Amino acid sequence: MSSSPEHHEPSFIRKYVFSLDHKTIGLQYMFTSLTFLLFGFGLMLLMRWQLAFPGKPIPIIGGLFGDTFAPGGIMLPEFYNQLGAMHGTIMVFLGVVPLGVGFYGNYFLPLQIGAGDMAFPRLNMMSYWIYFMGGVLMLSSFLMPGGAAQSGWTSYPPLSVIAPPGQTMWLISMTFIITSSLFGSINFIVTTVNMRAPGLNWMRLPVFVWAQFITAILLLFAFPVLQAGAILQLLDRVAGTSFYLPAGLVVSGTLLNRAGGGSALLYQHLFWFLAHPEVYVLILPAMGIVAEILATNTRKPLFGYKTIVRSIMFLGVLSFVVWAHHMFLSGMKTSLARIFMVTTMVISIPSVAILSCYVFSLWGASIRFRVPMLFALAFLPLFGIGGLTGLPLGFLPTDIYLHDTYYVIGHFHYVVVTGSLIALMGGIYHWFPKIFGRSMNEFWGKVHFWGTVVCMNGIFFPMFIQGLAGMQRRLYDPTVQAHNATTQILSPFQLLAAVSLLVFQFPFIINLFVSLFKGQKTVENPWEATTLEWACPSPPPHGNFLSLPQVNRGPYEYSVPGMKKDWSAQNE
Amino acid sequence: MEHNSTGIPHGKLGMWIFLSSEIMLFGAFISAYIVLRMGSPNFGVPPEAIMGRPLATINTFVLITSSVTMVLALAAIQRDNTKQFAMFMVLTSLLGMTFLGIKGYEYHHKISEGLTISSGLFGSFYFTLTGLHALHMIGGLIFNAYVLINGLRGKFNSRHYERVEYAGLYWHFVDLVWVILFPVFYLI
Repeated sequence: MSSSPEHHEPSFIRKYVFSLDHKTIGLQYMFTSLTFLLFGFGLMLLMRWQLAFPGKPIPIIGGLFGDTFAPGGIMLPEFYNQLGAMHGTIMVFLGVVPLGVGFYGNYFLPLQIGAGDMAFPRLNMMSYWIYFMGGVLMLSSFLMPGGAAQSGWTSYPPLSVIAPPGQTMWLISMTFIITSSLFGSINFIVTTVNMRAPGLNWMRLPVFVWAQFITAILLLFAFPVLQAGAILQLLDRVAGTSFYLPAGLVVSGTLLNRAGGGSALLYQHLFWFLAHPEVYVLILPAMGIVAEILATNTRKPLFGYKTIVRSIMFLGVLSFVVWAHHMFLSGMKTSLARIFMVTTMVISIPSVAILSCYVFSLWGASIRFRVPMLFALAFLPLFGIGGLTGLPLGFLPTDIYLHDTYYVIGHFHYVVVTGSLIALMGGIYHWFPKIFGRSMNEFWGKVHFWGTVVCMNGIFFPMFIQGLAGMQRRLYDPTVQAHNATTQILSPFQLLAAVSLLVFQFPFIINLFVSLFKGQKTVENPWEATTLEWACPSPPPHGNFLSLPQVNRGPYEYSVPGMKKDWSAQNE
Repeated sequence: MEHNSTGIPHGKLGMWIFLSSEIMLFGAFISAYIVLRMGSPNFGVPPEAIMGRPLATINTFVLITSSVTMVLALAAIQRDNTKQFAMFMVLTSLLGMTFLGIKGYEYHHKISEGLTISSGLFGSFYFTLTGLHALHMIGGLIFNAYVLINGLRGKFNSRHYERVEYAGLYWHFVDLVWVILFPVFYLI
């Protein structure tokens, strides 16, 4: 414990670089993943320029890319493909997941269950540094001959097998990320199972903890399958195997000298076996955060706590049996497609149940409209749009038309950006006082919120229109197809929204750093919240709690009749 | 304030969770193998002479025996018999190395007969899966050496033998993988 006399101040490197403290590791994850998010967003801005003004030189920064990427400032198609593949990979594997799981899970899971640290602090540190190395390798792949990976974030063979060496770097980097995630998920599961404070039984856990726990299980079981798929692809690239290569493959007019016999579809199955549960890895932590913010700011118990918890479990299980709905166009049997269509429809039930519980929680509440609550409230309709637009993609007949159009891009960006990312941003405002003992500026928080929400919709909503009009994704120059001419007018507008979105992130970045040093000092529990993380000092010392908390009640006891104040902390 | 909600040591729970993830890894590889073996037009299973079933059978027995000695090592330390513990740990590791030695000879034989990682799908799967298994064996040998050294330093006794148990769990798992790989590659 920090208060014990034999405790001595660790060295700078032990304290801030190779720290074993879950809070420092969490913050390392936060700053690293926010940087990756900004970088991945930058890649997207370049792509949006190309989509808005195909073949025009990129203004201001166009000269920086050199002749290999953009001669004369005009983006090459290969560079566009690299940007697309790296944008997807960075945003999913190096941005949103490390922010939602690495940061939020590491920092708040032990606090919310009343633990002093994670179960394996050393493994936790390794998990961060392996992730960091994976990220650096991923970025360095831009320097490989032929540039970074360019076969999409999905890296489908046979294209990815014959792609330039940047793809090998992608596979190696993914191995690092998968290892990091394996260590992290073991740690999260053991911590949740074994280190709950006395009295904190399973049905007293906050929704956030449940969401992180199920997420860890998904990562644990889904990622090894992609690891296997990636190893096979790596061997196809470097060892001359042909797991994914059919016999007699002709590349640029020459016959590829391989034994053949492999199946490109095999990779798609292995990939989507990971990547569908990955969707829930992206959204579950966000749902957990929204639950915490809603309960705190509505001042009433979360509606249907048990339903939410069971729905999260159900989502976790079902997410493993829907993967082939990403592959309806691969020529699979209709009888098989029908099974996946049914499971996909079934999985929407728990999602809708969770969202409904959140909406019902607002009913009759005296809501406190603080910045984190604005983000949580925006999450509800926007995630709703993301979820509901997914249904036509889960139906075989409609998916045949919509597959690989901008409609799909619009759908999953509504889920991941206006869903997950909005919630993750709101969470930073919500927990900032706990992490740093200071609060963020409300006014600039509101500027950030409104600008972000409006701009995000400005980018993604036109995608539905473009997609329904038949605009294909991954196109370097959409104007080459005559039918895209009608919707091309939306693209400059989307570019404007994207640039504005960047501008509106500056209030957030400046607010974050200024509040870090100059923000108003806050008390232990400024929001009058009930869960255990608010019972320890702000910022929490090494070892977190001054004494082992004893939990006596459920997580959301707000406005209990007969009590003097409108909240009862779990350890009261 | 060491508090444990279930009473199961963190390390033991962590090891089981890790092994469950490993099952998914090997499960994915073996599924890929089954899918292509059943579905690929030119899978090309090599003749028995190249595969060398007798040698692989001997190897299977060597590995199963090493699991038995691993159990005996754990039983010895639980009775505070460090000397016997060390003997059985050394024996386990020697059997593990014997397995890898025979495996190396098999690789040499197969490659000289023309069955390589790039010669066809069977060879690709054979070398990938047995190679991955061999890497896990090497990991197990390192774990065993760590446990042996700490045991000789007197770190383990009848009250503290958790790490011996974890090394055992891992070792048995790697054995079990081989028990599945053996029929998959040599018998069917």
